[in-house]
Amino acid sequence: MSRTTTAVDASLPATWEELVTTALLGTDRRTPAGSAPGPDAPSALLDAAAVETVRRRAGLRPARSAERPRPAPDDSRPPLPPAAARRLAMLLADRPGASGGGRRGTAPDLMELLPQWLAAANARGFAAPPAELPALLDAARGRTDLRPAALRFAGPRALWLARLNPDWRFALRSTPGGGASVPGPHDTEGIRRLWQEGLFAERVALLTAVRSRDPAAGRDLLAATWATERAEDRLMFLDSLRAGLRPDDEPFLEGALADRSRNVRATAAELLSALPGSALAGRMAVRAGACVAVDRTRDVPEIVVEAPHECDAGMERDGVLAKAPAGRGERSWWLGQLVEAAPLGSWSRRLGGRTPQQIVALPVADDWQGELHAAWCRAAVRQRDAAWSRALLGEPSAPEAGGPGAVSLAERAKLLGTLDAAERAEWVAGFIETHGLSEAFQLLGVCATPWAAPLGRAVVDALNIARDAGSYPWSFSGVMGLAERCLDPSEAGRLDALLAIPDEPENASPGAGGYWSEAFQRLVTTLRLRAAMLRELAPATS
Amino acid sequence: MTQQGVCWTADQVLALAPDSASRTAGRRLGTAGPWSETGSSVEGTVWGLCKGSGTTAYRTVVDLADASAPAFRCSCPSRKAPCKHALGLLLLWSAGDRAVPRGEAPEWAEQWSAERRTRTERRRGPDDAGARRGAADPEAARRRAERRAERVTAGAAELEQRLTDLLRGGLASAERSGHGLWEETAARMVDAQAPGLASRVRELGALPGTGPGWPVRLLEECALLHLLGRGWLRRELLPEGLAATVRSRVGLPAPADGPPVRDRWLVLAQYDTTDGRLTTRRVWLYGTDSGRTALLLSYGAAGRAPELALPVGLALDAELSGYPGAGQPRVALGERFAAPAPTPVRPAGTTTARALAGYGEALRDDPWLDSVPVTLGRVIPAPDGDGWQLADADQDTALPLTPAARSRPGLWRLVALSGGAPVRVFGECGHQGFTPLAAWPEGPGEAVPLC
Repeated sequence: MSRTTTAVDASLPATWEELVTTALLGTDRRTPAGSAPGPDAPSALLDAAAVETVRRRAGLRPARSAERPRPAPDDSRPPLPPAAARRLAMLLADRPGASGGGRRGTAPDLMELLPQWLAAANARGFAAPPAELPALLDAARGRTDLRPAALRFAGPRALWLARLNPDWRFALRSTPGGGASVPGPHDTEGIRRLWQEGLFAERVALLTAVRSRDPAAGRDLLAATWATERAEDRLMFLDSLRAGLRPDDEPFLEGALADRSRNVRATAAELLSALPGSALAGRMAVRAGACVAVDRTRDVPEIVVEAPHECDAGMERDGVLAKAPAGRGERSWWLGQLVEAAPLGSWSRRLGGRTPQQIVALPVADDWQGELHAAWCRAAVRQRDAAWSRALLGEPSAPEAGGPGAVSLAERAKLLGTLDAAERAEWVAGFIETHGLSEAFQLLGVCATPWAAPLGRAVVDALNIARDAGSYPWSFSGVMGLAERCLDPSEAGRLDALLAIPDEPENASPGAGGYWSEAFQRLVTTLRLRAAMLRELAPATS
Repeated sequence: MTQQGVCWTADQVLALAPDSASRTAGRRLGTAGPWSETGSSVEGTVWGLCKGSGTTAYRTVVDLADASAPAFRCSCPSRKAPCKHALGLLLLWSAGDRAVPRGEAPEWAEQWSAERRTRTERRRGPDDAGARRGAADPEAARRRAERRAERVTAGAAELEQRLTDLLRGGLASAERSGHGLWEETAARMVDAQAPGLASRVRELGALPGTGPGWPVRLLEECALLHLLGRGWLRRELLPEGLAATVRSRVGLPAPADGPPVRDRWLVLAQYDTTDGRLTTRRVWLYGTDSGRTALLLSYGAAGRAPELALPVGLALDAELSGYPGAGQPRVALGERFAAPAPTPVRPAGTTTARALAGYGEALRDDPWLDSVPVTLGRVIPAPDGDGWQLADADQDTALPLTPAARSRPGLWRLVALSGGAPVRVFGECGHQGFTPLAAWPEGPGEAVPLC
């Protein structure tokens, strides 16, 4: 290596370039600088290159710094308790696709617990641990249903991060204004400017925000520019009045009844009919009342229906659509709309002072019952009338509740939505006790979580009955999945008896007992996990 | 959650997994469902019965008495160590949701861990005896070493011949001759019992395919390989430290004979690399009293995790002794005095300029060094064109991230942790740039692993 000293002395800034060129061509074609041609030339070149390499590396200097990103906005929420932070990391690590696929066995689906975890963490106002934000954004990217809760939990730093990575651009789209905040309540100038100059999504967000603080101010904002808005925008803005609709919205809505756009007119009419004290509701009550009466000339009182013979200009102005869809009779189409829009409270007066129960129980002449009851159902849902909903739902144990009747399961599910959570749960529990689980899925979906005790018990009992009947658990996988998410974790102990593999009855499907035991194990495991999850998120008590 | 004062996280448990399939399977078993009769003892044994597809449940035991070398036993047929049941059991235990209560080990578990501990004690004995026996016949050992050195010398000479042939014909031809030539040369180096030369040669073969600038990289690596070969041939003339570095770079094993240094060693990072045949696990440690940074290496055959697993973020009261060679960070783990425990201490940070200067100085002792371990004190990750850099918060200088670091998910954890504010980052700093391995927020907070 004595030769290297001379190479160092001879070195110039261009030395390295020269060495690379010589190396590429080969020493047979080009003699390295400072050495003789011949058998030693390659070795001399390697010596010189070794010196230069170490020299270059040893002499490395840092680069100039690039433009630094602006700091992320502060997140003032408190950090997660350590155990909850570990749990989050675990839930996020269990991505779909990471699994081997196939039968789920007894292990819970952790990803399914993430929505609940996020809801609980959001309810308690915790901030997301910064290091978990990439995994959180990846999870939200794959599942749109998760996005609102995930992005809310992820907070301002996630939006900051999303601006740096195109994979997470959805986060900017999903948050109105890309995180640009709605002006504060006292910033009237800012509100006015955003309303006049903002993009449509920003304006919708602004209207929603202002209306949630001050309904009248929101309506005034809308009224100021109403005449100049495009028809499809008018429709969207009008729709945003649906949340928190109040009697003093009536004049504005009455004005919209004369709108150029038919869809705007129809929406205005629909909103007015949800205000039972409105003038429109009153007009509809008169029209509907003229079509429905009690015939007292018979031994048993009976409802008789005389559907409208025409759809006049007044009806059209009040939002009744004149043209019936294909396959429907015009007169029954008009009747349905009148009854749907009439205040439910008017029927008691009209039909001999009867209660909703008594009215629903009356026989209806000439096959009008289906049409009439369906319209009342829509009215009960629109006007959120619990008494009428109760009457139309009937007894959960009634035979027609489970099968095809005047009121379909989908309508029952909607009617249940107007009842308070406890009553809803009790009704569905009663339904399951009589009709079993196969029809109950839709109804369970509208029940509040965690399920109230009687409902949870009814579901578990029904699953147990299904098991004893020898069917396979995956026939009930929908309900099982719901149970994993919705059953109260404190019910886990009651399931212990179901974990054993039962003796198979003669007519049972082969192996079903083992699968049931597995399914119940998974249910119990998931419930325990949920209980632990919520415990970890609880504020420290000590 | 706390057993023997140790608090394992799910990440630490999953770091034990031999491959990603086991990691996934373990995670699925890490819930109470399939488990029964679980428990953990004060001595650090965790046990449980896991219901599988068969009729009898598997008996799974883990011995964590020595947290740096956990041992596993499971009656399942899997040959992986640890198997998914052991991982699941540990996850269950680490989650701490009362699914693994403290208790008295059942006989089947207790028997195994007791036997194991006696066996370990006994093995420590004969090993020492073996070392003494070796020392008792220095003449035979010297002859063996001489024979091997001759082989390596022959290999180095052959390699030198191949390198000069290459340079005579020109590197441009190397792109055409392809991988085969280098694979064959690497095989010759394996025969010559010079595994260090073999692996460098193999890496050389991949360089012509690495895109623009490959001739520069190929020349650099050829030159350094040449330097190593020449260093070996003239090792008698080198100072002792450099000669030892050359021996270890060539691949001649030397026992770690440095004086044992006792400290509380904070585990900074643990990551695996694999070449298909062998998994190499690197564990970086930081002496909270001495301020020294040290590297533990451990190896596993394909499909098996290396045995050593240390929980990142905890500190280990232990003795380490260095391997010979000037400026070597590599150490061997000696006696451990207590299980790993949390520590508020973080490694002291430096600037990007001083980090590079440190790399330059380290090249004096070991010109073959690709990188040195460095903790940067206050840096901000910033996007820089297609890449990223770590910019000093208080100066106008920055280090680019290595191409490999740019495509890893750890980058985004680092960016998220920083949020545009300064962070402290531990990593490897060298001529290719900086590879972040762990980071701390500026305020209080635990180490965030980035690898």
